[in-house]
Amino acid sequence: MRNPQLNAKGELRHLLTIEGLPREILLQILDTAKSFLGVTEREVKKVPLLRGKSVFNLFFEPSTRTRTTFEIAAKRLSADVVNLAISTSSQTKGETLLDTVDNLSAMHADMFVVRHASSGAPFLIAGHVKPHVHVVNAGDGRHAHPTQGLLDAYTIRHYKQDFTRLSVAIVGDILHSRVARSLIHALTTLGTPDVRVIGPQTLLPTGVERLGVSVHHDMAAGLRDVDVIVMLRLQNERMRGPLLPSAGEFFKAYGLTPEKLALAKPDAIVMHPGPMNRGVEIDSSVADGAQAVILPQVTFGIAVRMAVMSILAGASA
Amino acid sequence: MNPVLPDAEALVGELVRQLAPRVTPETGMIGIFTGGVWLAQRLHRELGVALPLGSIDISFYRDDYAKSGLHASVKPSQIPFDVDGRHVLLVDDVLYTGRTVRGALNEIFDYGRPASVSLVVLADRGGRELPIAAQHVGAHVTVPEGSMLVLSRSDGGVLTLQLERNA
Amino acid sequence: MKIHIKGGRLVDPRHGLDAPRDLFIAAGRIVGIGAAPDGFSANRVIDARGLVVAPGIVDLAARLREPGFEHKATLESEMRAAVAGGVTTLVVPPDTDPPLDEPGLVEMLKHRAKSLNLAHLHPLGALTARMEGERLAELAELRDAGCVAFSQANAPLPGTEVLWRALQYAATFGYGVWLQPQDPSLARGGVAHDGEVATRLGLGGIPSFAETIALATVLSLVRITGTRVHFCRLSTAEGVAMVRAAKREGLPVSADVAANHVHLSDIDIGWFDAHFHLVPPLRSIRDRDALRAGLADGTIDAICSDHTPVDEDAKLLPFAESEPGAVGLELLLPLTLKWAADAKVSLVDALARITSDPARVLRIGTGHLGAGQVADVCVFDPAAHVRVTPEWLRSQGKNTPFLGYELPGAVRYTLVAGHVVHEAPLA
Repeated sequence: MRNPQLNAKGELRHLLTIEGLPREILLQILDTAKSFLGVTEREVKKVPLLRGKSVFNLFFEPSTRTRTTFEIAAKRLSADVVNLAISTSSQTKGETLLDTVDNLSAMHADMFVVRHASSGAPFLIAGHVKPHVHVVNAGDGRHAHPTQGLLDAYTIRHYKQDFTRLSVAIVGDILHSRVARSLIHALTTLGTPDVRVIGPQTLLPTGVERLGVSVHHDMAAGLRDVDVIVMLRLQNERMRGPLLPSAGEFFKAYGLTPEKLALAKPDAIVMHPGPMNRGVEIDSSVADGAQAVILPQVTFGIAVRMAVMSILAGASA
Repeated sequence: MNPVLPDAEALVGELVRQLAPRVTPETGMIGIFTGGVWLAQRLHRELGVALPLGSIDISFYRDDYAKSGLHASVKPSQIPFDVDGRHVLLVDDVLYTGRTVRGALNEIFDYGRPASVSLVVLADRGGRELPIAAQHVGAHVTVPEGSMLVLSRSDGGVLTLQLERNA
Repeated sequence: MKIHIKGGRLVDPRHGLDAPRDLFIAAGRIVGIGAAPDGFSANRVIDARGLVVAPGIVDLAARLREPGFEHKATLESEMRAAVAGGVTTLVVPPDTDPPLDEPGLVEMLKHRAKSLNLAHLHPLGALTARMEGERLAELAELRDAGCVAFSQANAPLPGTEVLWRALQYAATFGYGVWLQPQDPSLARGGVAHDGEVATRLGLGGIPSFAETIALATVLSLVRITGTRVHFCRLSTAEGVAMVRAAKREGLPVSADVAANHVHLSDIDIGWFDAHFHLVPPLRSIRDRDALRAGLADGTIDAICSDHTPVDEDAKLLPFAESEPGAVGLELLLPLTLKWAADAKVSLVDALARITSDPARVLRIGTGHLGAGQVADVCVFDPAAHVRVTPEWLRSQGKNTPFLGYELPGAVRYTLVAGHVVHEAPLA
């Protein structure tokens, strides 16, 4: 089956998931992002690459933070940015997802940045748009959040250089996490030999080990000697119910405290995709501590999104 | 028949002679990837320029991006000095259509507002498509149609001008 | 009308027959096999050389979408699709809108079908009022109106107490109950088999034990009530094993599988292809292989089409939001033949699963070619292939995972009660 993200020449046309992308493309994105990082540190933080192009941020699920990072990235590439928050209620009025996309395409969109609560929605859009239009997945259901996975990979590369000798632990609600899935694919593609997921059985999806990770239920064993710890956000609605009894009980077992952090390598870095729940998955002293690289992640995220958009917009149909 | 190409090393010497009187402790120098940076590294050293050398990759400023996309290996641009109010020597290997220089100028101005920019090239092969001229030229070279004039660098750092067929 | 089907290979699973035989039809019935009855003179001779002459296909699940979903399909469009696929008898699940919980609706449906004069239609009645799983529907009234058995279709199974009472009540009158075994709470929010593929794609999973737990509950109740239960659309290896054991135990149960599940697995979903969004979900290859084994050894009595026309808009949605289901009336024979070829099952045994065996489940006399039988006949070319395209499908629904496939078996003639209702001689 042909990867729907690549054109006939094997260039990246849409970014929908990291799964199945060749290592060279991931490295190209990370290398290009490094160049853009220089741009974001200058007085004029803009380059004219996407001048005259229209980027539509199509958010069917609210997320100010992610939308803003894409908006900044697009603007730094000199694109015109249109932000659309589409409530699912307007969809229930009879306009389908593809109706919406057709409407916006008629306004000459060159790129759609799509966030949707339903896994696979960006694939549907990518399969529907005209050949010159590009689609970036900004998070679909539980499936993928590829730019987050790439910025996580960028961050890890920035601090640890070589993926091929790293141990990385991803902690928390793996079941509902598109961030975890995308990071797992990025790390395994980039040759990370030891990727661990840590969480209670209720928050680990069936067959997750088939993604190339080892499964731990115990932080003491799971964090031992890791180089990187990625803490996932625990959604409010998961904190009580059939999956977990309470936020407090989760924090006790899986919250990252200085004591648990001490099990990792002394130079281990702590990452979090944000927004954090202090005291639920991460202790404030760790979140603000010397090993946390949570704010650099945000900075790198802009450069990574600039890289993704500029590579996509340059790829032919 | 291929014309006889000038010796790049000799042209470097020529440029050093031309530029020496103009370099002050405040002069900034920026090379354009890749050949321009090689040349700039030589000039920077031999002229004893005080400020660290800058380098720019104009991939993000190319005017043929829509047609050719982003080059697979973009190098980070680095201008490790303040360009505001400074006299800048912009260095490239071969001057042809002028489009690369246009991109480089745009990029430099995104870092600040220099007092002046002078263009230094090893070889000028004519064929300008934009109103751009070099202030310091190693040599004017006639290049047969369908060929590209390129600079190469040996492991030992020796620079050579060569002709390549267009792809 | 007297018809002579001449020179064909007669395959009649009920009688274990696979031999060159002519078939003679008069006044809607089969009047001769092999030799013409005395004084028979045909109005029409059908040249069946190189063709298989089989009983008309009996499909245990075909949604015709009337009443309520006429924008997806109509009785007429789907009945034409049925006979084009060689299907002469079909069972309609009660999940229409409104559901078939009122005798009037059932009578109207039967009447409409009869006036079309295409395939025989047997409705299933709703087991509970509005299929809500709370109150019993009027089973006896529905039975009188023509329902062959009672079902919740794909609606959630009632809670255990209501289920027990419903089975008791049905047993009282000797009615059959058809249930799709799936625990509703375990299936909630799920759209794909809970396994590696759903994990990779981030789709809500329905675990295999949603099926086995429901089966265990129903089987426990069957032991108590003695109700005849038909399990619809088995999907798991463990489910097949449980039905096998239940049959060995002597429980009055039967089972079917959808043709899609005989061939496909969750891997085929690819990148969120909504054509593979089915109920129950496509499961693992191991499950698919167990379904095939269950078919081969008779644990699973029948292959059905589970025909479900869905309009294009309802499929052009993200996977989880898309409407599940696939059309299949025209693919039931080809997919059965493909299974037979893949699994090295004889033509007689394969055709049994879409003719005599489902007829036995239905407790109707058809599904075979015995003398005196109503002449429901399917004549097909086993060597020809059909290419599945939206244009080729006569169903109003164009939704099938098999779009683009070449499948074996092209129906040439379909006869219902001695009338040729479909013919497609060599193009």
